[in-house]
Amino acid sequence: MIRVVLPPHLRTLARVDGEVTLDVANPVTQRSVLDALETRYPMLRGTMRDHVTQLRRPLVRFFASGEDLSHESPDAPLPNAIAQGSEPFVIIGAIAGG
Amino acid sequence: MSKIRVLVGTRKGAFILSADGTRKRWKVNGPHFAGWEIYHVKGSPVDPNRIYASQTSGWFGQIIQRSDNGGKTWNTPGSSAEELKNPDGMSKGESNKFVYDTSAETGKPLTTHQWYDGTQHPWEFKRVWHLEPALGDPDTVYAGVEDAALFRTTDGGKSWHELAGLRGSDTGPKWQPGAGGMCLHTILLDPKDRKRMFIAISAAGAFRTDDAGKTWRPINRGLHSQYIPDPAAEVGHCVHRIAMHPSRPNTLFMQKHWDVMRTDDAGDSWQEVSDNLPSDFGFPIDVHAHEPETIYVVPIKSDSEHYPPSGRLRVYRSRTGGDEWEALTKGLPQRNCYVNVLRDAMSVDSLEPCGIYFGTTGGQVYASADAGDNWKPIVRDLPGVLSVEVQTLP
Repeated sequence: MIRVVLPPHLRTLARVDGEVTLDVANPVTQRSVLDALETRYPMLRGTMRDHVTQLRRPLVRFFASGEDLSHESPDAPLPNAIAQGSEPFVIIGAIAGG
Repeated sequence: MSKIRVLVGTRKGAFILSADGTRKRWKVNGPHFAGWEIYHVKGSPVDPNRIYASQTSGWFGQIIQRSDNGGKTWNTPGSSAEELKNPDGMSKGESNKFVYDTSAETGKPLTTHQWYDGTQHPWEFKRVWHLEPALGDPDTVYAGVEDAALFRTTDGGKSWHELAGLRGSDTGPKWQPGAGGMCLHTILLDPKDRKRMFIAISAAGAFRTDDAGKTWRPINRGLHSQYIPDPAAEVGHCVHRIAMHPSRPNTLFMQKHWDVMRTDDAGDSWQEVSDNLPSDFGFPIDVHAHEPETIYVVPIKSDSEHYPPSGRLRVYRSRTGGDEWEALTKGLPQRNCYVNVLRDAMSVDSLEPCGIYFGTTGGQVYASADAGDNWKPIVRDLPGVLSVEVQTLP
């Protein structure tokens, strides 16, 4: 099971508390995780990546194992800790000011 | 006895204020969609329990919410548990998909408008400013968006399609953003001619269609804007709001960036009716429910100082369709008041006497149950108010 942490606004929108767990087939990538997330919670479509281009929204960031993977290829395999479910894939809204 | 439901959009959620027809004791329900900007909430005129809301975020984009029970519960259209059981297994999740139409079949492909520095800039969808449910069908809704365009759903908000003839009209490359962005903020549906519709854009001006949205033409003759290179240009005017009384759809009232205007020929020509206002800058304008020549504005000091002149919050009423204005102050703060009232933040009910409502950037929602003579705050400390709509319920 893949664990995903959503930012508070998207937890409210998806009506979930805490982490989300998803079944994701190998290879586990940003794209496959987001695909599974949007399939389970269709109201999240368009909120993390553009409907048409599928590009990450500018103020959304993706973290895994303490690393910022926002600029990595969406098809690159995520770290084993994410694929094995020992650590969560973290989606955050970037803080753009104080 | 009739009931009143006030739908309030704020910087941090939506609130529903309700009272019986006496309009004395109010219940405040909310926040709905806490933490999100709610640009507009509006109910269907044919099914008041069908309510649509525009929920937005600079981080996470646009969300459309829909209630089928008067605001008790909400769903993003097309993603309810029942709709997930469709033959494909999952819904499309497209209720927030607003994609500009660039197809050759539905209008000239148009991909740029004028930017602040005079260069051309691509159209980029940012948010829905205004939702206007159709007069005869609760599943049909028009959406005015930033960057300026008009979208329509005919399936209750599950999917949206641009009426591209507006953006594809010849003047599109001359449209430019106002200080608040290039937004289509006003949509007026003509109750006597279902093919006629008026819209307004900051800063392009007002437009009219007579063929249900296929083709549009600017209706800005008579507007005069000193702040643009050609003050009488065909487009480029920063129209803040237009209002119509349903019994006289050829008469429109406009609060422009500066100047209060009226037309009696469906926008073919406009005349200024500001006269004795302390300032003719402002945002909202509205019409009394039973008196088509009684109109309301909230004067604001200037385009660089968005608060009431002299720190006194005054609604101005004209019972003559403009030009002769009286200040309405009873119950409103008359010193040290520096709030603004935004363009979609005033509305009227249809009780007798007519009720007037407006919300401020300071989070107050004021109501008058006697056409503006006396005011009371329904609630004082909401987040900054972006929009106010009123439903008069049986």
